[in-house]
Amino acid sequence: MPFVEIKDLAMAYYRDSQKIAVLEGVDLEVEEGQFVALMGPSGSGKTTLLNILAGLDKAESGSVIVDGQNVGAMSHKQLAAWRSRHIGFVFQFYNLLPVLTAFQNIELPLLLTHLSKQERRDHVRTVLDIVGLADRADHYPGQLSGGQQQRVGIARAIVSDPSIILGDEPTGDLDAASADEILTLLQRLNQEYHKTIIMVTHDAKAAERADVIVHLDKGVLTA
Amino acid sequence: MKIPIIYNLRSLRQRPVSTLTTALGMALVVAVFVSMMALSNGFQSALTSTGSDENVFLLRKGAGAELNSGIARDAANVVAGMPFIAKGTDGRPLVSAETFVVIPLQRVGGGGMANVVVRGVSLAAFDVRRGLEILEGRKFRPGSREIVVGRTFARRFPNSEIGGRINFGGQDWTVVGHFAAAGSSFESEIWGEAEQFMPVFRGQVFSAITFRMSDPANFAGIKETLEADPRLYVDAYQEKEFYDNQGTLLNQILNFLAVFIAGIMAIGAVFGAVNTMYAAVASRVHEIGVLLSLGFKPRNVMSSFLFEALLIALLGGAVGCLLVLPVDGLVTSTTNWNSFSELAFSFSITPRLILYGMVFAATMGLIGGYLPARRAAKARVADALRR
Repeated sequence: MPFVEIKDLAMAYYRDSQKIAVLEGVDLEVEEGQFVALMGPSGSGKTTLLNILAGLDKAESGSVIVDGQNVGAMSHKQLAAWRSRHIGFVFQFYNLLPVLTAFQNIELPLLLTHLSKQERRDHVRTVLDIVGLADRADHYPGQLSGGQQQRVGIARAIVSDPSIILGDEPTGDLDAASADEILTLLQRLNQEYHKTIIMVTHDAKAAERADVIVHLDKGVLTA
Repeated sequence: MKIPIIYNLRSLRQRPVSTLTTALGMALVVAVFVSMMALSNGFQSALTSTGSDENVFLLRKGAGAELNSGIARDAANVVAGMPFIAKGTDGRPLVSAETFVVIPLQRVGGGGMANVVVRGVSLAAFDVRRGLEILEGRKFRPGSREIVVGRTFARRFPNSEIGGRINFGGQDWTVVGHFAAAGSSFESEIWGEAEQFMPVFRGQVFSAITFRMSDPANFAGIKETLEADPRLYVDAYQEKEFYDNQGTLLNQILNFLAVFIAGIMAIGAVFGAVNTMYAAVASRVHEIGVLLSLGFKPRNVMSSFLFEALLIALLGGAVGCLLVLPVDGLVTSTTNWNSFSELAFSFSITPRLILYGMVFAATMGLIGGYLPARRAAKARVADALRR
């Protein structure tokens, strides 16, 4: 059984009683430990698909099963709890809280666990080492470069050791060199730490780093 | 609190102007509230400390106040012989038959005229009343035109230094001592020998009698005995209760005003808080989206923003309390409506009042923060993240 299994997924927005289809009949299977790039032009529904996978949004119809669990059937409350345990989300614009230091930003997901203060500190130190920012722990996001902020974002995504990392154009706001670093880091997480990664991108060079490239056009997967 | 407090603290520091103006609005409300309560508190404690629950206070039946009362010398002698009166160290009964006259006197520094209580007592009065002490000088000598004055009186009326002469009742009276009476209304009075005041003011009649009970627990029985005695024709009160009741009306008015005025101001301050918190939520919708996406629950977000409103309010409350601290101990005066005489008392800010002020502030913060916090909690993650 695949790690992620999406079946006949449909999603639409309604504007002035007009239905705007975003996703139509999407089927997707991702194996555990795979690195999948999801490509497509803007407006093709990539982010919506990712949000549904992460439980941030609910699909209109179809089913989403991640690691044997039916995400679509969960309540908002269950989704919040499930998200904090199983999903690491990396955003295009990092989405760090500007008033918290890198360390405190990374620690946030751990505040939802029962880890002690010392355990939380150890976890944060570990992921800071992995992303190579051990010496930037006490910097605020405003004091870091874009690439460094994104590495903090990745550290926050992996600190609670989720089974799957979802990236929404994680290199979309970065220069080529920083983007390269981030992609290398994601690859390392995939190969060394066996994280399943699904990454939305419209950059063909970024997509090349993945094992599998899937194309999404006008809400339909074209593979 | 799942969302760390440091997040709220730093967010508040991000917008210092709106945080401080909102807090200042609440500070003013708390300052007004606490100062009015302090006024009421000081007034109450001046009256409360006046009476002791070991003492019985006698007035002519139906008189209700010392000013209207009259007790004949014969009756006073009967009371002095009663068996339930405690004895002093010298073996004499602790009973003080007193005259009570109110006279107008000029205040210090052209503060206008004020009515002052002139109380004629015997030396036993200093023992019957607990907490009475001569601060300066000495007690008056029986048989002489000497008086002692309370310390509050001494601050507010001219010629009240030791050796000064005060003229009333057509005579000059020499001040020989200042006394303290545990902050009670006695400190606003002039005391002299009843036997000296009687011929000057109103003949051979006392106004009231106060005595110490040998067994305070037996007050009910003593009251019954005295009120039933046909030779006396008196009402008996527990002294403390009598003075407490004197203040009740004014106190109720002061307390009502404190709550009423502060309440109206609080409505304004709450709107200020609502505004500030709505602005805070609006500018942080995206951050709320991030928190929700990380798995924080709507109620975590709600309590975080409520807590932030509470922080602003507590800051305001603390500033408000600091603003009013200087008035603590400030002396003011009012007319004691039961004796039509001046009663000086001080603003009294107690830890309990500070607590009330902080609770008041916290309440404003929670009310003002509720709707904005609820809006924050209701944000849809995917929408919030898009902003």
